Amino acid sequence: MKSGLKRSNAPIFWALFGGGGMLSALVGPMLVFITGIAIPFGLLLPEGAMSYPKMLAFAQNWLGKAFVFAVIALFLWHAAHRIFHTLHDVGIHAGVAARLICYGSAFVATLVSAYVLLGLGF
Amino acid sequence: MSKRRPYVRPMDGWWKKNPYFVEYMVHEGTALFVAAYAFTLLVGLVRLGQGEAAWNGWLEALKSPLSLAFHAVLLVAILYHTYTWFKIMPRTLPPIIVGGKKLAPATITGGGLMAALVASLVLLGLVWRIAQ
Amino acid sequence: MSESQKTIEIEVLRYNPETDQAPHLQVFQVPFADDMSVLQGAQYIKDHLDGSLSFRWSCRMAICGSCGMMVNGEPHLSCQTFLRDYYPARVRIEALSHFPIERDLVINMEGFIDKLESIQPYIIPKEKRSLAQGEYLQTPEQLNAYEQFSSCINCMLCYAACPQFGLNADFVGPAAMALLHRYNMDSRDGAAEERMELVAAEEGVFNCTAVGYCSEVCPKQVDPANAVNINKTNAAKDYFLRFLSPKGGSK
Repeated sequence: MKSGLKRSNAPIFWALFGGGGMLSALVGPMLVFITGIAIPFGLLLPEGAMSYPKMLAFAQNWLGKAFVFAVIALFLWHAAHRIFHTLHDVGIHAGVAARLICYGSAFVATLVSAYVLLGLGF
Repeated sequence: MSKRRPYVRPMDGWWKKNPYFVEYMVHEGTALFVAAYAFTLLVGLVRLGQGEAAWNGWLEALKSPLSLAFHAVLLVAILYHTYTWFKIMPRTLPPIIVGGKKLAPATITGGGLMAALVASLVLLGLVWRIAQ
Repeated sequence: MSESQKTIEIEVLRYNPETDQAPHLQVFQVPFADDMSVLQGAQYIKDHLDGSLSFRWSCRMAICGSCGMMVNGEPHLSCQTFLRDYYPARVRIEALSHFPIERDLVINMEGFIDKLESIQPYIIPKEKRSLAQGEYLQTPEQLNAYEQFSSCINCMLCYAACPQFGLNADFVGPAAMALLHRYNMDSRDGAAEERMELVAAEEGVFNCTAVGYCSEVCPKQVDPANAVNINKTNAAKDYFLRFLSPKGGSK
């Protein structure tokens, strides 16, 4: 066996990438359709489906909170990991800047969504 | 003295040189759209936290033709992500043995796409119920 | 060459380390027959047109794994790739991508040999048996678990198909990982934890971005991408669970 092998910390990012990839593959298209097309334009679903009281109640329910948090955070960790690797693919190699932009923005967005969701109360 | 001088070819533009790699870059590129959608939702969440007026402003913005076009592009890109995610799954999952035989790649991809369809319909049903 | 003899143009990436700064393309007119492989085309060039053309070959029947080359940009065993599938267009042959070129179509495979060694490609018995105890028995199911991954002929087409290896030559890569998985999956072997150190290392499986092209070009349906990705899951389990059960192979 080769000596001086260093364990990679990739499993953390890879697991988040996989989780987000799976969640977005399962419900991503339907979510885009619901929030971006169906409800705003009253197709299939009534416009009132995303009214302030309804969405507030949804975000105050712990299950709703968990769903919103999982979607925003995992989608972003998925995208961050993929974009980071794509940068490597096109010749921009794993620098600190690439890491900060990709994973840093996912991290900040995770904190912001957690902060807002907790602020909305239960 | 050795006459050896191994030549290492550059990797510049490798992804343009084979249709298989072009497709790979396209499906990796769907991540940009997944990120764009997550940021859109994040803005919505922040607006929700700021109160009713702010939320209604976000809802109003969603009704613009530009937003419709944006979400139509997101829908196509993320649908492609769904398709390619399950297409590669037979290569990423450990073998699934059913009745002593390995599950065929097409069955795994088909099963994944079916799961996405079911999850999407359940989600639509839940939202429909909340909307009533 | 008779008047009616059909010919095909074969464009070859030439490189002579003694005279060339960089590789360059050279076109040869080769008599064409329906049953000619790309390897036979190269052999015709060497025998009749330019004896200095260098390439590796041996068995001519897709089992020795030495005649791999890029044919029109795709990795192929040249002995089982036929000129008729390209005729009348010109065919371009180059040394396998992502490897240093030693000369013409001959690549430097030292890095690959080192990787093969590093995965400990032999059975390290789970429990030692004496001769008197007899052979290690294995059921057909136990054989099934690794047989596919034991079909590798070390042709390196999968490395020529792997951009991540091209971008980072330290990546253990598809064939070596497939062979590693072959031994890990063998019921007689007990060294999976030892091999985990390499699987989970920075040179290990997480360089792979699931392009999947390695498995497409494999002439033996080994599906190295599957071996690499199964081991991502294994390495992730080892990463997260090592604190619960302190026996992970990696440090």
